[in-house]
Amino acid sequence: MRSITLNVNGIDRPVPLDDDAMPLLYALRDTLALKGPKFGCGLGQCGACTVHVDGEAVRSCLLPAAEAVGHRITTLEGLGTPEAPHKVQAAFIAEQAGQCGYCANGMIMTAAALLARDPHPTEAAIRSELANNLCRCGAHERILRAVARAGA
Amino acid sequence: MSLSRRTLLRTATGLTVAFALPRAARASTKTVVSAEVDAYLAIAPDGAVTIYAGKVDLGTGARIALPQIVADELGADIARIALVEGDTVLTPDQGGTGGSTGIPVGAMTIRQAAATAREKLLGLAAAKLALPADALEAIDGEIRPRAGGAGVTFAALLAGADLDLKLDPKAKLKSPAEFRFIGKPLPRPDVRAKFTATHSYVQDHRVPGMLHGRVIRPPSQGAELLSVGETEIPGARVIRIRNFLGVVAATEWNAIRAARDLKTTWREVQTKASSDTLYTDIRATPVIREERLSGDGTPDFAAGRVLRASYAWPVQSHGSMGPSCAVADIRADGGTIWSASQGTHRMRRLFAGFLGLEPSKLRVIYMDGSGSYGTNGNDDAAADAALLSRAAGAPVRVQWSRQDELGWDPKGPPHILDLTGALDAAGSLTAWESIAYLPMNTPGLPGIPLLAVDAAGLAQAQGRSAGLLAGNADPPYSIPAHRTLIRWLDDTPWRPSNLRAPGKIANVFAVESFTDELAAAAGIDPLQFRLARMKHPRGAEVLRRAGAAMDWQSRPSPQQPDSTAKTLRGRGIAYVHYKQAENFVAMAMQVAVDRSTGGIRVERVICAHDCGLMINPDTVRAQVEGCILQTLSRTLFEETTYTGGRVTSTDWASYPILTMPDVPKLDIILIDRPNERPLGAGEAAAAPVAAALANAVFDATGIRLRRAPLTPARLKAAMA
Repeated sequence: MRSITLNVNGIDRPVPLDDDAMPLLYALRDTLALKGPKFGCGLGQCGACTVHVDGEAVRSCLLPAAEAVGHRITTLEGLGTPEAPHKVQAAFIAEQAGQCGYCANGMIMTAAALLARDPHPTEAAIRSELANNLCRCGAHERILRAVARAGA
Repeated sequence: MSLSRRTLLRTATGLTVAFALPRAARASTKTVVSAEVDAYLAIAPDGAVTIYAGKVDLGTGARIALPQIVADELGADIARIALVEGDTVLTPDQGGTGGSTGIPVGAMTIRQAAATAREKLLGLAAAKLALPADALEAIDGEIRPRAGGAGVTFAALLAGADLDLKLDPKAKLKSPAEFRFIGKPLPRPDVRAKFTATHSYVQDHRVPGMLHGRVIRPPSQGAELLSVGETEIPGARVIRIRNFLGVVAATEWNAIRAARDLKTTWREVQTKASSDTLYTDIRATPVIREERLSGDGTPDFAAGRVLRASYAWPVQSHGSMGPSCAVADIRADGGTIWSASQGTHRMRRLFAGFLGLEPSKLRVIYMDGSGSYGTNGNDDAAADAALLSRAAGAPVRVQWSRQDELGWDPKGPPHILDLTGALDAAGSLTAWESIAYLPMNTPGLPGIPLLAVDAAGLAQAQGRSAGLLAGNADPPYSIPAHRTLIRWLDDTPWRPSNLRAPGKIANVFAVESFTDELAAAAGIDPLQFRLARMKHPRGAEVLRRAGAAMDWQSRPSPQQPDSTAKTLRGRGIAYVHYKQAENFVAMAMQVAVDRSTGGIRVERVICAHDCGLMINPDTVRAQVEGCILQTLSRTLFEETTYTGGRVTSTDWASYPILTMPDVPKLDIILIDRPNERPLGAGEAAAAPVAAALANAVFDATGIRLRRAPLTPARLKAAMA
């Protein structure tokens, strides 16, 4: 079995790899025991697994871990902490923008990537950016409000 | 050696806050007897309070509502209240979390326990301070003289002893004027951790030596496993128990690969059932018995203007965003299961049965999962994990795939309503009949039969249970002659379960759409038509409030469409008195219909909602938002399709749900009634959504859609 090195939240981490097709999500959750990225569909349809690769929102359930070598990977853990949350996390907390919270990882990571390139997005831009992030509990309106708050 | 209470609590869930924990030395004797106050509450030597709740927080906000209730009723310091939920060793069996009973049943028992405890503490303090109890008050963890002066802490009064008293159902409750926390929109304690990746969901739970499991489901319902190949994945192992087939591996990806690559052959059962023929299949299903839900006599449809219509609701999935998951550690002499089940005590009883364990040797611990809206696949995933764990001799985590979840979760059952109404010459509603075709629940069924247990050939009770499906099949109005009949069916296409507001969404879709049909036939404004027949002042108020917020102009529907317009706009309203006994909800909507595509865009939703006393108005609001948006999704998009014994809508492309661009503006009016009993908020507002939408579409287009989902294709075809 070979080992690859992934740069996750600013730290180089060794990851054993016995199948080049293994998606990044399993390296993050199973090997590195991170809790931010979530398994939702494995099909790139729901967004629950979203992470940043070199600052861009990427579906970690589809991207092979081997292809992430040499790139900067950021997960929800790396965005902010409970004590010092990222502005998008802080806005989600302020708006209580989630019920079960399972989709929140993808919503927050996608919104943070949007705000990094468009600090004050229109509501239409926010809706369009989050169009492929699904929520089942019906927290949509609060999520839109939270992203707008962070991008105000 | 038995586990200490502290260890038990630390391993319970990530939610238990690291307070100095009560009664640490007597962990093994912590009572869960529901008649005892100690089953629900503990006061530690340092004064910290722990609540033990049998019902759990499913993302619904009970995790803040319960501390608010106990802080007020006991007089505790809200900053020093911890909560343990749904742990069969630590919490009493309060029944499953469902049917909007968390607050009105579960929390009210805990409120009564807190009041009982407060009365005892007042008595102890009265003796200690030599003052009459009614000169004292409980506040912030102390009993203090109302007139001022030094108080005495709960901890000092108890001096390390248990409360040791029976729950007094008559212990005096505080009046709304005395509330300090109830009624306040306090933030939920778990939200910050959820948004910063420090919260552990059951999907995140890991135990030492744990293997990852996957179950290979049959290609179609009831297929028999004929042969299984070997796995070539390193460290993976195939486990077969009759038709139950799974793999375990040290890493999750290897478990996925092993399951994916395994060669199997199955003998399938031939079936003709298909979602294309669902409604003819329902009408061909034998009726076990006919029940009169309400009304007396036989409405006379011989005279006047008679309208008849049939409404239909499809099979739907719970569609939880995170597929079901569980971790189980099953040994020969006992075990532990970590599950997001809505009924951990029920799970212990059922699982002890098929695992052949003493119930007391099996512990089930609730952990948050992805939101569930009824009995989804969580209990099945736990059964998968339990059987694999026992066979593998190690703890096993089973994570369902998206295809497992949409394919195999127990489904919200389909149903049909046939409605007949009569108007007299003056346009007055004289007679009404509802006939609902619903799958019959099996009386006394202890739980929904589990896939793994059946596949493995183990014994479990067989039958169907899908919640209180008949509610609101009858109209909520005064009608001179009315009856509602339920034709209980012997079967339904897929294993059913309770899915949010079971039956009521489809029933209200039919009843409130048909009310609109009658109003339109009578040439009367639909809001006025309802108000004229309203039985309850609280019902009239929600209708009036919703109408006022919509700036409702009194006129009959439909409006006269502009034959040249590309977009047609309309408004609709619907009402429910939930289960004819609980919440009062009115829902008004504005829609825009694209004439060329039949696409429906919901532009605005107004909901006036009365659930009695609100413990926390922000969590109530969140639940109402969820009811509206999830039910818009079910009404516009969702239909489980199937053929040949297999579900064909097994991903988010074939089972689409509401997305961000679809989200309308929500205007939610919460009517607080602090002197009324509190009701749940997780279901009622779902019930009138479909009818309000269909009524708005009718107003816009003159087309009456009677079958959900209200897809563009169906509307376009009807407009052509």
